[in-house]
Amino acid sequence: MRTKDGRLAPTDWNTALDTVAARLLEIRASHGPDGVGVFGGGGLTNEKCYLLGKFARLALGTSQIDYNGRFCMSSAAVAGNAAFGIDRGLPFPVTDLGKADVIMLAGANVAETMPPLMRHLDRADLIVIDPRRTATAERAAMHLRPAPGTDLALALGLLHIAVTDGWCDGDYLRERTKGFDATWRRAMSWWPERVERITGVAASAQRAAVHMLASARRSYVLTGRGAEQHSKGVDTVSGFINLALALGLPGRVGSGYGCLTGQGNGQGGREHGQKADQLPGYRMINDPLAREHVANVWGVSSDSLPGAGRSAYELLDALGTPTGPKALLVFGSNPAVSAPHAGHVVDRLSCLDLLVVADFVPSETASMADVVFPVTQWAEEEGTMTNLEGRVLRRRRIVPAPDQVRSDLEVLHSLAIRLGQPADRFPTSPREVFDELRRASRGGKADYSGISYDRLDSGEALHWPCPEAAEPHPGTPRLFLDGFAHPDGRARFAEVDYRDSAEVAGEDYPLYATTGRVLAHYQSGAQTRRVAELNRAAAEPFMEVHPDTAHRAGLREGTLATVSSARGSMVARVRLVGTLRTDTVFLPFHFPGHGRANLVTSPALDPLSGMPEFKVCAVRIAPCPTPVRDSPERPAVAART
Amino acid sequence: MSNVLVVGNGPASHRLVERLHRNGHQGTITVLGAETRPAYNRLLLPSVLRRSLSPGAIVLPAPPAGVRVHQGVVATDIDPRERVLYATGGGSSERRETVYRYDELVLAMGARPRLPDLPGAHDTAGRLVDGITALRTIADCARINGDRVVVLGAGVLGVETALALLAGGHHVTLVHPRPHPMERELDTVAGQLLADHLAELGIDTWFGRHAVGYRPGRLLLDDGQVHLADTLVLCTGVVPEVGLARRAGLSVRRGVLVDDRLRTSAEHIHAIGDCAEHQGEVPGLIAPAWEQADTLATLLTGGHARYRGTPRVLRVKAPELDIASFGSLRGLDHSDADVELVTLTDSTHRRRAKLALCDQRIVGAVVLGLPDAIASISQLYDRNLPLPSGRLDLLLGTATGHAAAAELPDDAVVCRCNNVTKRALLHAWSSGARRVSELTNATRATTGCGSCVSAVSRLHASLESTDRLGASRLDRAS
Repeated sequence: MRTKDGRLAPTDWNTALDTVAARLLEIRASHGPDGVGVFGGGGLTNEKCYLLGKFARLALGTSQIDYNGRFCMSSAAVAGNAAFGIDRGLPFPVTDLGKADVIMLAGANVAETMPPLMRHLDRADLIVIDPRRTATAERAAMHLRPAPGTDLALALGLLHIAVTDGWCDGDYLRERTKGFDATWRRAMSWWPERVERITGVAASAQRAAVHMLASARRSYVLTGRGAEQHSKGVDTVSGFINLALALGLPGRVGSGYGCLTGQGNGQGGREHGQKADQLPGYRMINDPLAREHVANVWGVSSDSLPGAGRSAYELLDALGTPTGPKALLVFGSNPAVSAPHAGHVVDRLSCLDLLVVADFVPSETASMADVVFPVTQWAEEEGTMTNLEGRVLRRRRIVPAPDQVRSDLEVLHSLAIRLGQPADRFPTSPREVFDELRRASRGGKADYSGISYDRLDSGEALHWPCPEAAEPHPGTPRLFLDGFAHPDGRARFAEVDYRDSAEVAGEDYPLYATTGRVLAHYQSGAQTRRVAELNRAAAEPFMEVHPDTAHRAGLREGTLATVSSARGSMVARVRLVGTLRTDTVFLPFHFPGHGRANLVTSPALDPLSGMPEFKVCAVRIAPCPTPVRDSPERPAVAART
Repeated sequence: MSNVLVVGNGPASHRLVERLHRNGHQGTITVLGAETRPAYNRLLLPSVLRRSLSPGAIVLPAPPAGVRVHQGVVATDIDPRERVLYATGGGSSERRETVYRYDELVLAMGARPRLPDLPGAHDTAGRLVDGITALRTIADCARINGDRVVVLGAGVLGVETALALLAGGHHVTLVHPRPHPMERELDTVAGQLLADHLAELGIDTWFGRHAVGYRPGRLLLDDGQVHLADTLVLCTGVVPEVGLARRAGLSVRRGVLVDDRLRTSAEHIHAIGDCAEHQGEVPGLIAPAWEQADTLATLLTGGHARYRGTPRVLRVKAPELDIASFGSLRGLDHSDADVELVTLTDSTHRRRAKLALCDQRIVGAVVLGLPDAIASISQLYDRNLPLPSGRLDLLLGTATGHAAAAELPDDAVVCRCNNVTKRALLHAWSSGARRVSELTNATRATTGCGSCVSAVSRLHASLESTDRLGASRLDRAS
């Protein structure tokens, strides 16, 4: 807990919990239930996500809850729901990819961000779409290198070619889809030579890619963050889904479309109600039947449930403003580093009356908090996660937690009681929470009611939906084989058209910056920067830049550069990479302080998903005049004490 | 609130209307189209000839709700002072004259084919006789019949049309008065390579020949040749459609003159697309037409915008060829000290590039047979960015720099799962790990996803051979 002189000092659990509960009650009394916000994470177990959402809606009564998965997979979630009626990363077992002949990876650098998946991609010829020649692109049969922010034009062009070159599956379009005609009338104006001018991908390479994808017997289209993290992320993903549908790939054994999830529990994290607009079981919070069902399980009236709240960046942007939350509870997330326009987000966090962080590492956000709850990490706890193929996996405790460390469930339980909730409404046993989650998800899109710890522990591989039934339901490894999850069973084409990114490079900021991950680090780096081996592998922020571009800016290999956008500047060490586009620099986003890539990124949001535009913003680069030393992140302290 | 009247129902008009709607235009939008069909994408007519798209498939999206589109209406006169336009046709009232009032009038009438003065090609009324057609409309496509088609004119449209008809199964003859095709865009070397390429693809090409007469089913050339032509397709250029503007007293040179706000010489009358002339340019290309439409839509909805011209990029749309021209090479040569010339000719593979640079930036270029170069140069030219110093790498589309080097740098990560660098493997080797399995045990490389097995084996093999040669420069191994 923060002391009077502004330090974080150890205290006992009761004091910390009492203090937090008292402050929350005060703030609620003076600002209403929406005066308190909750920010969750895609790395939390299903049980934690579920109970966090329930805690927000019942114990706090707030609509102001969202999570960092908004920054990951929200665009594919919207696009997938619209196209197929269900959003499950891979609607088929990941092992199916091992039998593929051709896989198109749009904006996914699997070799660095998910290396174990590469073993499933060994057989297939890869078509990699990425502005950078990534480790994955190095392994590809074909690498298409669009300018940052132009992937949607490329997707439209590939669809155009699929039509003009006669690769469309006419029977499939007629029998299993709707909306092709309107979609084509947009793609029509994206002939390959026009797409070439916008994207920089040669028309002949576009044709070759479609030919390769369409003529293979078993082919897949997969999208990653590179397609999603744009102010047009939903439309971009839809563009690739349109291509897959035109070729007749989804809903058949041996081909398909999928989204590669990002975080540890990227899939489960978005199904159980920590998202602003959702209730457990992938139910929508504005759906009266969904509210009724969940309220019944929770033993409350559906009228008492709040409605939809702000999306992640909007929530952070509103903190401490007259209409925004005055207190924020953060579970398993580090927005001071991971949110776009991070300088501004730190300002917002420091305007709060109360910041509480539950984490197992002292993250940059935790270092700003008034109270930090030390909670268990993966090897110290029980629970479940749902992986990218919608399969529920057990997490088991293998080591005891250190003294004085409690689980997130225990923290929520203890706070709930202090906020006047009945004790049995917030169980602390993961198994008990999971059993309640099963009931809450029953009949929803992501139906877990037939999945139990006992079944999982006996080694069953269960993919949702898995409803409870007299005969145990085998789960659903492959979705959509008989029909898509719309009432008429047909997949929907999305009528999308290209638009520019929120920022276009110009005189003041002539280059594009794109952000991403490196192998050695995970997300904000709060965990991985503490591992000596990983830190040795990638110790400090760097900027990849083409040698010509560096030379013009007066930068040499190994020198320090300042990267500036309209929002702020960051400092990074120069790495010359000859395969980069001369108009683009790459910034990894794992580093704190002055090395935060998100000091320059744009908070422009996708209108449908709320996804920020992490993948492209306009910047300029220059030599860094003086060496910069980071002091520990404490800008917030003075403002709040 | 203003009522916008648009004359013309092609791609420029379509774009303008969509942008007006998107920008929240208040007031009515009325579109008059001379053709009796909804707006379609003229640029895709070659795809129709190729039979890769049906005529119905090139119809543009329906206009936004509330926009009135009158088909088959020909504008006959404008009274700029009264802000009214007179037109005939439309539905049942073929002959009746209709009066349209406007607050803002936009001329987007496009261009019409320039028809050569070819004896025998016209009837007494001046119309083309049966068996001859220009190529501007869907109706024109339907007029192309028979096995043997002669295309007259080998500009961009002529080349695209000849290739499309060839792919569509016709026997195609291409006749052009100049020594090589696309002479306005290509230098002699590139033009000759293109001529060779077209001939090799199976087009019967006749360059440097003038057509001197037409008789039904036959085209006569100036050297006495007679070519059988079930259909003669005229691709002999276009002229901006300016008759209406001229009658209304607007300033017209080649096209209707417009300023940076797309205003004509008359108040409340604007012009965009192929019928407009801006700063002496009548590009006749889709990119400027769209950009003008965007600019005008912004202006008409109260925004600020100026049209300052569009970088001139000419790109042949055909899968058989990669040809593009950027800006202009005219008047640029070695004698000018400020101009850097880059040329590459690979006749055997029909590859040619000629780039003229000022201050590292393209001022004019012709590129043929080098698809990656065309793609990269498009981007650099459009944004006026300097070319990479590796000029040949740019032209050949080869990646430059460290990552493409034949040798892995020592700090390259070989095994990503366990973060094993090449240096770690070299160290293990020099510490005595002489077999792949020993390298694996020492470093844990290959024990994750296994995808680096071949890379480790290659490194091992190269270390072994280096060792056999007695070389001690381990750091050179790859």
